[in-house]
Amino acid sequence: MRFVDEFREPALISKTAEEIRRLAGTNRHYRMMEVCGGHTHAIYRFGLKDILPENIELIHGPGCPVCVLPMGRIDDGLSIAQQPDVIFAAFGDMMRVPGTQGSPLEHKARGMDVRIVYSPSDALKVARLNPEKHVMFFAIGFETTAPSTALTMMRARAEGIRNFSVFCNHVTIIPAIRAILDSPDMRLDAFIGPGHVSTVIGCRPYEWIAHNERKPIVVSGFEPLDMLQSIVMLLRQLKAGEAKVENQYKRVVPWEGNRAALKAMAEVFQLRPYFEWRGLGFISQSALRVNDKYAEWDAERRFAVPGIRVTDPKAAQCGEVLKGVLKPHQCKLFGRECTPEHPIGALMVSSEGSCAAYHSYEHRKAAMVSLSSIA
Amino acid sequence: MPAESAPTRFRDPQIEMAHGAGGKASRKLVEGLFAPLLFGSSPGPLGDAAQVDINGTKVAITTDSFVVKPLSFPGGSIGELAVNGTVNDLAVSGAKAEALVVSYVLEAGLPAHILEAEVRAMAKAARDAGVRIAAGDTKVVEHGKADQMYVTTTGIGRLLHGVTVDPRSVRVGDRILLSGPIGDHGITILLARGELDLEADLRSDTRSVLPLVETLIHAAGPGIRWMRDPTRGGAATSLNELARDCGLGMVLFEDQIPVRDAVRGACELLGLDPLHIANEGQFLAVVSPDYVDAAINALSLAPGGSEAQVIGEVREQPAGTVLVTTLYGGSRIVDMLVGDPLPRIC
Repeated sequence: MRFVDEFREPALISKTAEEIRRLAGTNRHYRMMEVCGGHTHAIYRFGLKDILPENIELIHGPGCPVCVLPMGRIDDGLSIAQQPDVIFAAFGDMMRVPGTQGSPLEHKARGMDVRIVYSPSDALKVARLNPEKHVMFFAIGFETTAPSTALTMMRARAEGIRNFSVFCNHVTIIPAIRAILDSPDMRLDAFIGPGHVSTVIGCRPYEWIAHNERKPIVVSGFEPLDMLQSIVMLLRQLKAGEAKVENQYKRVVPWEGNRAALKAMAEVFQLRPYFEWRGLGFISQSALRVNDKYAEWDAERRFAVPGIRVTDPKAAQCGEVLKGVLKPHQCKLFGRECTPEHPIGALMVSSEGSCAAYHSYEHRKAAMVSLSSIA
Repeated sequence: MPAESAPTRFRDPQIEMAHGAGGKASRKLVEGLFAPLLFGSSPGPLGDAAQVDINGTKVAITTDSFVVKPLSFPGGSIGELAVNGTVNDLAVSGAKAEALVVSYVLEAGLPAHILEAEVRAMAKAARDAGVRIAAGDTKVVEHGKADQMYVTTTGIGRLLHGVTVDPRSVRVGDRILLSGPIGDHGITILLARGELDLEADLRSDTRSVLPLVETLIHAAGPGIRWMRDPTRGGAATSLNELARDCGLGMVLFEDQIPVRDAVRGACELLGLDPLHIANEGQFLAVVSPDYVDAAINALSLAPGGSEAQVIGEVREQPAGTVLVTTLYGGSRIVDMLVGDPLPRIC
């Protein structure tokens, strides 16, 4: 398959892995954080840990939008959809995320009108087709998905579609990285920068990481070769004592980002003064809300929102895992109370969540004898 | 024997869609509730069909309900699925379907021409599969209480000579065979629902696998340990069940697994794994190493078998687990499907 197989070419992968081993040597331990959940998923899916030397440790970052969403927001969104004639629309990623009274899918099984959509514009389509109902789109995601939410709201306004609103949970990546770097228990050498987010925001917003924090960051693609090449680029910087922003994902990410997408976001959203992140707590200016011009399409203003706050179960150590302090299997609930079928923490829900990825692809490998005989 | 007072292990408070999706939740429902109450304490591994002994004659019996939406899709329709699905469950249990009984649940308001088209599709599929439809039943429910039509078929089959299908006979070193490309049916249905703005030149793979199963038995009968048609939950779920039932590891070679480009592309876009996608016209078989060449040669010469492949082998480790290895030395565990496959956004 074009544009995929080229980046999974075994000979090139072995060569790049060899280069990583050469650069990494054996004297030093390297801790690199992949910020994006898509990278976490790719690392497990392609078994990249098996081909990296042991002294390169990959730490899973906070870039899984489902995982960082506090449970109270899910309860709030579902409480709106409890009202008569409201349709709850969301991405598939959200469907199994538990609220205190169950996930959207469980609410659907009990009779709530819940629709899985593949883009915000599909949710608007549902609104057009059901003029007697109100469609609330439960929006999640970083800058990757925020522009499409913004464009959909602009279209709703232009077409005068009033039975549609957005429950906005969009968050921004830079404050989350800042919170990780400010965390005292975090010792990182470098960052594998998010690929999809950077298609929108470009590479400039990361410059402070290189200049002020002196950490190298390489914006990376999602194929095995992309990620290995990014690790090579990070190792070269670290060996040379440099700290730069580099772009490995040039085929998709423009250095300046996507102006049109940023413009759409500026048209519809404004920064919230603060927003709660699961595991990280309140982070200032880290999320988006709908601005006054679009108030009519803002579910938080059209409906009474209870503003539910839920503390995570004490035993769950989602915060530590989210910050990379603990590995998924080191959490007390991992694989016992908390499994993909019955997730307690959100990291176990999304396939981009490090716990779910680790549970599906990795954890039983620990009990295995050597796999070296497998061709 | 049924035991209405037997202890059960099913603790979920209500039935969710996942209980019908063929993955882990389905298995919990069957093993935790149905099996202990209906089949007695230790039913052993649950296959695609059961064997019953009637006055010294063993026959195979199975049943399946079809609730697919939309009713028709490129390459097939609910009527064909209802015949082929039951014929295939019998085939991979080592039996040839002799007779089917069919039961319809119809929603009031269903256009008669749709029903007629589906009944014609069933008649054609039954003729193609060489099976008689012997009896039937019809119920009609109020408009809105069902989704157009549901079909249940129950099949009774004659055991084929020269083959025993038993997961407990699987040994280290056995090879895992797949009859052809996976994922065609599930992705076709996903696209036919029209909720995704994706188009692909793809058709459901629905067909009777009996001719290929007969070819395999003829060529490698004594070497066949186990067969299964990987429908809901996909190949990953069938192989996880096998791994659990025999206590051995199933190691798959990713580059050997046949997947069409259109299926791969859709899975890449949607964040799905082809190993979790449903099939309706393929089967998996575990064959002992000394019969594997004969099996592949025979299958690849048979009509509809040219894409059959050895996709992996049985190892001692990782016990009870399915592991996929990549060409460049990475590996990953592939678990059973949890719930329905849901597309990811980013």
